[in-house]
Amino acid sequence: MAWTWFHKLASPPHVYRVAGRLTPWLAWPAALLIGAGLIGGLVLAPPDYQQGDGYRILYVHAPSAWMSLMVYTTMAVAAAIGLIWRMKVAHAVAASCAPIGASFTFAALVTGSLWGAPMWGTYWQWDPRLTSELILLFLYLGYMGLRSAFEEVQRADRVSAVLAIVGVVNVPIIHYSVIWWNSLHQAPSVMRLGEPTMPLPMLVPLLMMLLGFTLFFGALLLVRLRGEVLSRERAASWISAAVRP
Amino acid sequence: MSALSAARLMLARDLKLAFRKRSQLVQPLAFFAIVTTLFPLGVSPELTRLKPMAAGVVWAAALLSSLLALELLFRDDAQDGTLEQYALCGRSLTWLLAAKTAAHWLLTGLPLALMAPLAGLALGAPAAAVPGIVASVAVGTVALSLIGAIGAALTLGIRRSGALLSLLTLPLEIPVLIFGARATELAIDGTAYGAPLQLLAALAVLGLTLAPLAASAAVRINLE
Repeated sequence: MAWTWFHKLASPPHVYRVAGRLTPWLAWPAALLIGAGLIGGLVLAPPDYQQGDGYRILYVHAPSAWMSLMVYTTMAVAAAIGLIWRMKVAHAVAASCAPIGASFTFAALVTGSLWGAPMWGTYWQWDPRLTSELILLFLYLGYMGLRSAFEEVQRADRVSAVLAIVGVVNVPIIHYSVIWWNSLHQAPSVMRLGEPTMPLPMLVPLLMMLLGFTLFFGALLLVRLRGEVLSRERAASWISAAVRP
Repeated sequence: MSALSAARLMLARDLKLAFRKRSQLVQPLAFFAIVTTLFPLGVSPELTRLKPMAAGVVWAAALLSSLLALELLFRDDAQDGTLEQYALCGRSLTWLLAAKTAAHWLLTGLPLALMAPLAGLALGAPAAAVPGIVASVAVGTVALSLIGAIGAALTLGIRRSGALLSLLTLPLEIPVLIFGARATELAIDGTAYGAPLQLLAALAVLGLTLAPLAASAAVRINLE
């Protein structure tokens, strides 16, 4: 009997309703935090003594890079829950995560290379963190490719869940082997960002952006999840009642 | 019959079947030779320019040809329904797939390891580097076969899965490439290559413990 709430939580109509109701509660704080963080980071924070104003792209780059890993972890956890407890909604969550995570990864790559243009003098450097971010993008693309290769949703769910779990075991190995590879092949030319030496007026907007991006991901996930639930349950009878204007 | 003896029978069967179709065994090796030939033609015939990139070329070619050979791993058994019988026969599917992967390594990884020094020598590696190249490719292809088995099992139900299979497996194989190429490079330079070789062996052992489990889970889902 203790589990009835769990099953109710996981039922598609309930998820659809709750996700719809929760979305503004995440979206508005996200908008406020990102807005305040942008003003704080782009206007109020002092320029860096070495990088001038160029470092400010950090306020988009670091949260995107952080989200790219967090979304992958979320996706793998949701996929594992779906695989182990055969919970359909968890698979829908994993499916909704992938395009969002791939977009954050892409954003982190683009902002990293834009930052690199004035700082390194080149748009692309085989910096370990950029390289492992690129590999992460390939992992996302493989996951989405595998998912789209199946006609049947249930099979796509379960096969791609195995891939997500294999991937999450591999992500730390890939990350550290890339760092190891790089430290042998080129001298560390990158100045470190985000060290704890960062002064408070720079750090506070960054933390606001991190929290804002996390909430933004939550809101996006809920919106996508509703779409995913609708498309999966399109034959069910509750749909017509739920989406009637 | 224990799981282990069933696995041994599976290994013998796969080897016997493979030796009846020898051309399939030679193809990945010929592919490996062609890919390594492309680099001198595309870059420069001078050994002084080829030698610094020899390790990378050997490993990129080994990765690609092991990928090419992966399609052979489960395809025939999946098409004629044999794989379904393995899943239903009551023996541990994990052990059976581990045996299939072992056969696959014996048929593709080991010949590649024996052929890699030839490519290395042709690209300017000294003769003293031969044991290092053989060891690193032999250990590395164990990990490649195991990771590839997961990819092949995941894409079992998909027709024309070649491009997808490479998109799935190559990112997962990057640590093997890094440590393998490093070990080969150190061997070519004539320095101690023990450290990356041991890391490579660690990857192979990790794959040995986890990959057959993931592959059998994927096969079962695809057979449902």
